[in-house]
Amino acid sequence: MRVIVDMNICKDHGQCVFAAPEVFQINENGKLVYVAEPDESLRDAVEEAADVCPLQAITIEG
Amino acid sequence: MGQRIVIAGASMGGLRAAERLRAAGFTGEIVAVGDEPHLPYNRPPLSKEALASEVTHEALAFRLRPAVADVTWRLGVPVVSADLAARAVRLGDGTELAYDGLVVATGMRPRRLPVPGPAAGRHVVRTLEDARALRAALRPGVNVLVIGAGFIGCEVAATARTLGASVTVVAPEDVPMRRPLGRDLGAALRRRHEGHGVAFLLGRTVRAFLGEERVTGAELSDGTRLDADVVVEAVGSVANTEWLEGNGLELSDGVLCDEALRVEGRPGVVAVGDVARFPNPRYDGVPRRVEHWSIPTDTAKHAVVTLLADLGLGDPPAGPFAPLPTFWSDQYDLRLQSFGAPVLGEDDIRVLEGDLDGEVVVGYHRDGELVGVVLVGMASAAARYRAALTRASVAA
Repeated sequence: MRVIVDMNICKDHGQCVFAAPEVFQINENGKLVYVAEPDESLRDAVEEAADVCPLQAITIEG
Repeated sequence: MGQRIVIAGASMGGLRAAERLRAAGFTGEIVAVGDEPHLPYNRPPLSKEALASEVTHEALAFRLRPAVADVTWRLGVPVVSADLAARAVRLGDGTELAYDGLVVATGMRPRRLPVPGPAAGRHVVRTLEDARALRAALRPGVNVLVIGAGFIGCEVAATARTLGASVTVVAPEDVPMRRPLGRDLGAALRRRHEGHGVAFLLGRTVRAFLGEERVTGAELSDGTRLDADVVVEAVGSVANTEWLEGNGLELSDGVLCDEALRVEGRPGVVAVGDVARFPNPRYDGVPRRVEHWSIPTDTAKHAVVTLLADLGLGDPPAGPFAPLPTFWSDQYDLRLQSFGAPVLGEDDIRVLEGDLDGEVVVGYHRDGELVGVVLVGMASAAARYRAALTRASVAA
């Protein structure tokens, strides 16, 4: 599973952080950072994160 | 095999319901009916990005998971009536659809001002077509009159001002976004708008629109007459429930649901999204509609479990539906985020961090307990406050 966040679209809402904190974080500067190839066991959480992104900036491959 | 679920409404709530049905293993037929000609798309950009530049449906469309590839989409046709006893709905083209399960996801439409005057030049913002029409009218130098000082009105005002229009906001309340933000934060946000050149005429309503063929201005309740090239009505919304009339339902404000999101105890009928009026035991037992972006996803998750249990295809939900409300608003370079229920704590509002004219965290309390938080900026603090609300305010 590969996670891609379109950083041209992302506006750092952080909703993904609440859905999948193991994969997405807001750093001290208020910017999104994330794990690009999370463990398969986190798929449900990552799908949820993609759903709740206000900008729909998250895609999941594989 | 052979069961059919009809989803009335093909926007975000309808899509999320279809996804959840497939994720839960429902293998029967799913038919989603929507009056708009488009597959489900994301609406928040309509009052912001989609007014500032050309935005296509493709750019706003929700991704369709492979699991929902076999959903039948009946687009561009409304559901016009339902017979819940006979388990059938009728569409605008005369088609009758029998169902085993029904998901009510017909959402809201903008309320229109019932005042005299020409219709041309008056806009609302709900659909992609609405946004396109308004965008075409928003040019530098035009006079824009925004009626309503809620979030949509203030977002449109900010976008129009950024595009170089002259913007005046008229509303009956004395402070913009007063509910649910409260007087002090609303007043601070008004100062920000004024700093960008937006004018506010508050404590007033529109008595009539002026002009012959199209709007040229408005007359207010205090007699003030304003010139306007473009009018935007952002005065709330009305639930799309007329099609459910004749079934003995209470439809005064959306569709009344129990805590499982079942429509008034009717087995096999659930509601999702902002048309659903449901109690939230996190706060109290009062059923409310919630027009937040997070609600279609949250309600679909729960309602589908209820529906499949009613159809004999699974277990009922483990507990009542008790979502943590969440919304945001972007105005200029400001990001507002709200968690919990500020409106329930509007008698005890405290600045928790920062200051009202800069980045700030405002807390809303009921009986001394934090029930809602609004952040302006301060994005890195959001997770901390959200966690505090999640822990604290789940009532017995």
